[in-house]
Amino acid sequence: MEADRGAMRSLILAWTAAVIVFLYVPAVCLALASLTASRYFTFPIPRWGTEWWGKTLASFEIHQILSTSIAIASAVTVIAVILAFFGALAFARYDWKGRSLYQKLVLLPIFFPQSVLGLALLLWFNALGLPLSWKTAVFAHLVWIAPVATLVIAIQVYSFDPALEEAAFDLGASRLQVFREITFPVLLPGIFSGALFAFLLSWGNFPLSLYTTGADSAVPEYLYAKMVAGYTPGVPVLGTLSTVGAAILLLGFWSLITLMRRGSLPRSEK
Amino acid sequence: MSQGLRNALPMLVLLAIGFAAPLLAVIDFSFMPERTFSLFQEPTLENYRAILRSTSYISFLWSLGLAVVTTIILALICYPIAYGLVRLAGPWSMVVTLLFTIPLFVSENVRLYGWVLFLIKNGVLLGTLKSLFGIELSSMLFTLPAIILGMVYVYLPFMLFPMTLGIAMVPNETREAAYDLGASRWQVFREVELPLAMPGIVIGFLLTFVLAVGAIAEAKVMGGQRIIPIVHDIEIAFTYAQNWPLGSALAVLLMFVVAFLVILVLRRFDLDQIMGKR
Repeated sequence: MEADRGAMRSLILAWTAAVIVFLYVPAVCLALASLTASRYFTFPIPRWGTEWWGKTLASFEIHQILSTSIAIASAVTVIAVILAFFGALAFARYDWKGRSLYQKLVLLPIFFPQSVLGLALLLWFNALGLPLSWKTAVFAHLVWIAPVATLVIAIQVYSFDPALEEAAFDLGASRLQVFREITFPVLLPGIFSGALFAFLLSWGNFPLSLYTTGADSAVPEYLYAKMVAGYTPGVPVLGTLSTVGAAILLLGFWSLITLMRRGSLPRSEK
Repeated sequence: MSQGLRNALPMLVLLAIGFAAPLLAVIDFSFMPERTFSLFQEPTLENYRAILRSTSYISFLWSLGLAVVTTIILALICYPIAYGLVRLAGPWSMVVTLLFTIPLFVSENVRLYGWVLFLIKNGVLLGTLKSLFGIELSSMLFTLPAIILGMVYVYLPFMLFPMTLGIAMVPNETREAAYDLGASRWQVFREVELPLAMPGIVIGFLLTFVLAVGAIAEAKVMGGQRIIPIVHDIEIAFTYAQNWPLGSALAVLLMFVVAFLVILVLRRFDLDQIMGKR
C-alpha cells in the first residue's frame, strides 16, 4: 500500500511537471524568436542577435503603446480595488438579505464570454454617444476585473474575524479608527493580491480592449495587429517582455508576502 | 439600508451600467431592422428569421462541440494536478500555483502566437526534427487538433483552480476513515472524493465551458480561420458586414445558452461554503 502510494505520488509530480513545461512552450518560443538577427523566423536560428530588442525598446510608437497600457492598467487597478474592497465586505463579511443573490450577480461577468461583452459595450457606448478612447477601455476592463478583484479580496475577508472589529468598538474606537487600524490592515494582503490581479489582468486583456479603445492602442491589440499583418521580431520582443514582467511582479509579490509572514509569525505564535 | 447593501452598492451600480445595460442594449438591437445603428426603430423579428435561413447553426455547433471537447480533456488533465496541489506538494504548492498563474497575465493571442512559432513549418518543432534527424513532417498548424491544443492551453487555469478549491474541501480524515474501513482507491475516489469535491469541479466545468464557447482567438490564430466559431460570426457582423442588428441577434442566442447553463448551475451552490471553508 505504501509503495503503491509512492508510485502514485511520483506519477502525479511527473504529470504536473510535464503540464508546466507545456504551459511555457510558447513563452520559450517567443523568447527564441526575439533573439534572431534576421527579419523572419526560422529554426534553428541562422544568426542570433539582440538588435530587435534595441530597435523595439527605442521605438517611439512602442513607448506610446506601453504608456497607454500602463495608464489603462493603473486606472483600472485603483478603481477596481476601491470597488472590490467594499464589494468583498458585502460578499463575505456582512449578513444581509440580498447577499446570496449579490454573490451570484458578481460572478456573472466572469462567467461570460469576454469578446461578446466587448462587443456589447461597444454597442452601448455608441448608443450613449460616448467617443471611444482609453477611458472607455478602462470602464470595459472594470466590468470584468472589479468582480475578479472582489473574489480575490473576499477570500481574505472570509478568514477575517469580525470579533476584532467589535472589540475595538467596545473599547471606544470610532468607525473611522476601526477601519484605519483594524479592518484595513488585516485585509491588506488581500487588497494587495486584488490590486496585482487587477493590474495584470488589465495589462494582458485583449478581447475587451479590442472593441473599446477606439484610436488608442494597448499592447495586446498592437501585437495582434502586427501578428496578422506586418510581422517583425518586435512582436516576440514585446511578448517576451510582457511575460517576464508578469513573472517578476508575481514572484516578487510572493516573496514579499512570504517574508512578511515569516516576520510576523513569532508574534502571533506567542 | 443595511450595511451589506451599502457596501455592495458601488459594485451593483457598476454591474447595472456596465453589464446589465449593455446586454439589454444588445437584446434591443437584435430586434432592430437590418444595418441600422439606432436603438429606436420599429422592432422586427427579421434578424432571427435571417439567422434561421443562414448557416450560422454550423458555427454554433462548432463552438459547442469544441467547448465540450476542451472541457473533457481539461478535466482529465487537471484532476491529478489539483489533487497533487492539495495533497502532495506541501510548501511547494504555492510556487506551483504561481507557475500556473503567470501565463494568465499575458494576452492569449500572444501566447497562441508562441504556439504558432513552435508548430509552423521551419519553426521550433519541425526545424529541430529536420536539422537533428532529417525528418520532414507536415505542420499540424491550421488543423482541428491545433485549435483544440490552443483551447486546452488557454483555458487550463480556469479548470485547474476551481477544481483545486473543490478538492481542498474534502477533509483528509474522511478519506483516511474510508481507507481504514477497507475501501479501495477507486471506491474512495468514487464515493468520497468526487462527491465532496463536486462543487469546485462543477464550477470548473462551467467556467471552462462558458469561456470556451466564446472562444475566437484559437480558431483564428491556430486554425487559420478554417473553422468559424460563433463569436467569429458575431464579430464579422459587427465589423466587416456593419450589420449590428444581425450580430446582436446572434449574440442574444449565444447569451441564452450561456445564461441557461450559468443560472442552472449557480442556483444550486452556496458560495460561502466553496470559497470560505478553510
